[in-house]
Amino acid sequence: MRIFDPHIHMTSRTTDDYERMYEAGVRAVVEPAFWLGQPRTSPDTFADYFDGLLGWEPYRAAQFGITHHCTIALNPKEANDPRLRPVLDLLPRYLAKDGVVAVGEVGYDDMTPAEDEVLSLQLGLAAEHDLPVLVHTPHRDKAAGTRRTLDVVRESGLPPERVLVDHLNEVTVAMVAESGCWMGFSVYPDTKMDEERMITILKEHGLERVLVNSAADWGRSDPLKTRKVGDAMLASGFSDADVETVLWDNPVAFYAQSGRLELAEPTAGESFAGNSVRRGVPA
Amino acid sequence: MTSPNLSGVELSEDGARWLETATRRIREDERALAALFPAAGRACGRGPIPSRPGWTVDQAVRAELLAALPGKGAALGETLFELYAHGDAAERLAVLKALPLLAGDGRLGDEGLPIVRDALRTNDARLVQAALGGYGADHLSDHAFRQAVLKCVFIGVPLASVSGLDRRADEELARMMADFAEERLRAGREVPPDTWPLMERHPHVLTKVHALRSAKASPPPGDGLDGRA
Repeated sequence: MRIFDPHIHMTSRTTDDYERMYEAGVRAVVEPAFWLGQPRTSPDTFADYFDGLLGWEPYRAAQFGITHHCTIALNPKEANDPRLRPVLDLLPRYLAKDGVVAVGEVGYDDMTPAEDEVLSLQLGLAAEHDLPVLVHTPHRDKAAGTRRTLDVVRESGLPPERVLVDHLNEVTVAMVAESGCWMGFSVYPDTKMDEERMITILKEHGLERVLVNSAADWGRSDPLKTRKVGDAMLASGFSDADVETVLWDNPVAFYAQSGRLELAEPTAGESFAGNSVRRGVPA
Repeated sequence: MTSPNLSGVELSEDGARWLETATRRIREDERALAALFPAAGRACGRGPIPSRPGWTVDQAVRAELLAALPGKGAALGETLFELYAHGDAAERLAVLKALPLLAGDGRLGDEGLPIVRDALRTNDARLVQAALGGYGADHLSDHAFRQAVLKCVFIGVPLASVSGLDRRADEELARMMADFAEERLRAGREVPPDTWPLMERHPHVLTKVHALRSAKASPPPGDGLDGRA
């Protein structure tokens, strides 16, 4: 089974995870820029974080046979801190990078005026840089937040096929399906979505424009959830081709709209040469 | 006439046109580099250059973009550092590889050293290796150069790729390598084969290592060591 995890925060994961992910079939990931457990207080720490998403993290991933791309944005939670507003000035520089395949995660957290402003500004940046957008939907007041998100996306004039609306559930899937945007589902150990509920949604809504991700991060989460959904699909009668559609073709089709997705096998050689990440690994 | 930076590079018509426009814009206003430098791979390709082992097309094109910068000395050093600091891994690599080319015409002096020092602090073997190109070999202090060579051994950068090693390997580096070899032997681990020639230039540093090896009845250096780096 070949897997593309379209949303996973590898910065928070260990090399054990990379090894297990490769073993499970994961060959490519996208890491969206988001908040860390600890709120940041200055734009400089964002620059370091973005540099990590474009430097150290793809380097680490390549050593385990996994291709790593990222999305860059000021996330909604931290959009509320006025000290971080200058992060918006950094974005054009980062959105020019090869490894950036979308603007994201943008969207709503508390649904404040600051979040409104930062969201529409970044939707504009996506249009300017010809990049698709990854939109986070809020945990609290989810249905209202998703509806408002879709309104703002519509007003932005971005074509819906360039927008992925993530963290959907039974309550929010229909309105996103109707909007023409891509539908993302984050499968978690016990909150957002689980494997069995995911199967039910796939049976009801079909496979078109559906992406499944682990959204694994520093919280309780599981980087192998994509594989578990693939297994659950097969067990409930979906074909190998169906699994490939959801776990590979759909994420590739969405992010390939950036023109920057490079899925050649990461080259081994120098990066496998017993360096600091794989230290202790027999040659 | 083709610039030496582009030797061996065959660009498509679109790529060549992009590069011509890009260098012109940079000569007019160096701020244009911020958006052009990251786009080089997308515009001109990233394939290897057959006649220049270790070089790729995007790196050569980026070197050509840097050559169009009008400044020199400290101002040029600052521009390069700023570009490097905002670069992804491929851009940083390209800046490092361009340093000896930029220094070649005497415009840069030792103003590129902050970039080399930064790269040597990373854990990315590609950046460390590139930092030890001709520019690093010519400008790093003895202490910094020795530390960098030792770091190569730790992170698996082959010493054959370190520029100027033959010229700069001194007795103190041999002593450091011998201490490292002793540590490895005491831990029952292997000593990378490419470190022995550095120690053998100053055989007296090897006294303890020889004692350890004969105690363990190991073969002498260079004889029967396995090839694992």
